[in-house]
Amino acid sequence: MTEIVSTATQAGRPAISGVVGRLPEYLMIWVPLLLSAAHLVSFSLWTIWISFSPSTLVPVTGWVGLRNYNAVLASRNWHIAFDNLLLFGSAFVLLSLITGLVLAILLDQRIRGENVLRTIFLYPLAVSFVVTGTVWSWLLNPGIGIQKLVHDLGWTSFRFDWLIDRDMAIWTIVIAAIWQSSGFAMALFLAGLRSVDADIIKAAQIDGAGPVRIYRRVILPTLWPITITVVVVQLQFAISAFDLVRALTNGGPGIATQLPALVVYDLMFQRGQLGRGAAAAVLMLLILLAVLLPYAAWRYVQRRRATHA
Amino acid sequence: MRDKTFVPSRMLIYLVVILFAAAYLAPLVVVVLNSLRSNEEIAQGSMIGWPQHLAWGNYAAAWSGFCVAETCAGIRPYMLNSALVTIPATIFSTLLGAIAGYAVSLWRFRGDNWIYGIVTLGLFLPQQMRLLPWTIVLRDTGLINTLTGLVLIHTIQGLSFTTLFCRNYYVAIPHELIRAARIDGAGFFRIFWRIILPLSAPILIVTVIWQFTHIWNEFLYGVTFTTGQQQPVTAALIALSAAIADIPQHGVQSAAVIIAALPTLLIYLLGGRYFVRGLTAGAVK
Repeated sequence: MTEIVSTATQAGRPAISGVVGRLPEYLMIWVPLLLSAAHLVSFSLWTIWISFSPSTLVPVTGWVGLRNYNAVLASRNWHIAFDNLLLFGSAFVLLSLITGLVLAILLDQRIRGENVLRTIFLYPLAVSFVVTGTVWSWLLNPGIGIQKLVHDLGWTSFRFDWLIDRDMAIWTIVIAAIWQSSGFAMALFLAGLRSVDADIIKAAQIDGAGPVRIYRRVILPTLWPITITVVVVQLQFAISAFDLVRALTNGGPGIATQLPALVVYDLMFQRGQLGRGAAAAVLMLLILLAVLLPYAAWRYVQRRRATHA
Repeated sequence: MRDKTFVPSRMLIYLVVILFAAAYLAPLVVVVLNSLRSNEEIAQGSMIGWPQHLAWGNYAAAWSGFCVAETCAGIRPYMLNSALVTIPATIFSTLLGAIAGYAVSLWRFRGDNWIYGIVTLGLFLPQQMRLLPWTIVLRDTGLINTLTGLVLIHTIQGLSFTTLFCRNYYVAIPHELIRAARIDGAGFFRIFWRIILPLSAPILIVTVIWQFTHIWNEFLYGVTFTTGQQQPVTAALIALSAAIADIPQHGVQSAAVIIAALPTLLIYLLGGRYFVRGLTAGAVK
């Protein structure tokens, strides 16, 4: 066996004359990978560097320490964006988890037309956030949407004007985001439900456990890892949400639905505050890391446990 | 199970599922119906209603008639822009990702784990961290406000996903297969073309669908790096709703939204299984 391997290595790595011949393969492997890796590392460092510089309309060299960060953190814009992110992130993640889990459990009941239903619950994921935001901005607009329809039907005191209500507008984004991406949670949960060991369920049935009990005690506990994955992916979306808000409320009314990604864009490309914009982008990254690092640690522990078991 | 307790609960399950399905379908149905109603009809009532006269003209107007900013050519030029960005970027990123995934999974070379690890960080790094550097790079290379610039961005950034997808698929291929081919004297590309590629159809479909959908639907780069006539359709849709805010033309606008969403919706309907596989593969990194 070792003999074969060593001949193989010799065949695979011929002498110097072969190096030129193998140039195309080195180029095809290394150039794309290096470009990708290099742009990730250098662009991140570059943005971090700009965030410590006095750049305004154009990037300039220089060092201002944490001044940009302090300016962003002290601004009303960022405060509102951060509070909105906390509310939007937790409400959206929680509600889409529940919706996704309910849909998955319902679809798991051996019902007819499961394929059609799954297609219906997942199609919003194929649509862009811009389209979703635009369509929901019509439906939720009190002048032309659902409120107008109900008024035309005769119930004139009906009110559903969250889109123009400063306190409630953030919930319109929650609604649209759930519509768009709860199907994702459903797909993952359904896969999880289908992979539960049938023997365990049978054993529980023989023990006389009813369906509700089996779900609560046997099936749902196995979904924990999937739940965590769904939460992390959805949080990742919530933290960098931009298109959806841009199309649905554009941060309004006023700045009531401002989110970090909108603050970054606003500072960089509308106010010409590159340094502060970069600082806001780095703050976004830090928020993301606060979610991803614990997740990575958890994954690491899980893997180690799996290999030790 | 016993049938008598069984039937009512089954009915309830179907009822709830159908209500959910109706809620998910409602926005699509509303927009499709609106795209067939005249602007006047919508203005008199609400966005939600049955068309009285089918106004097919909305589609013609949306496609090539009405005005976005100062140009009155409908959304056709922007659809073309999106296609000219999405198709090449999808092909390049998928092909390069397949080769890279093949190299790191089956060929192994020094430092491959490191470089692969860094590349997959691209799945997490927010776009906002790359906006300024891309702006500067595109400006200095003269690619700002060009479709080529967007193709370049989407190819390089797409590599994180395509390499991951293909690598995770190729690691399951037995190494003996590669070893045997190498003994027969086959090189890197020969093995790729003759052995790997013929096995790759499922993962390439997943990757192509994923890339196409994401690049077509992308908005932030499109709106940041292009203006006016160079914008992709997502950016044009936003410009459109801003432009006609004064005189509502919701019928035409609905038709434009349908046209813009159609390519990815069709791909989803045709390749649903692969679409879902991409979703789960992207999630379980």
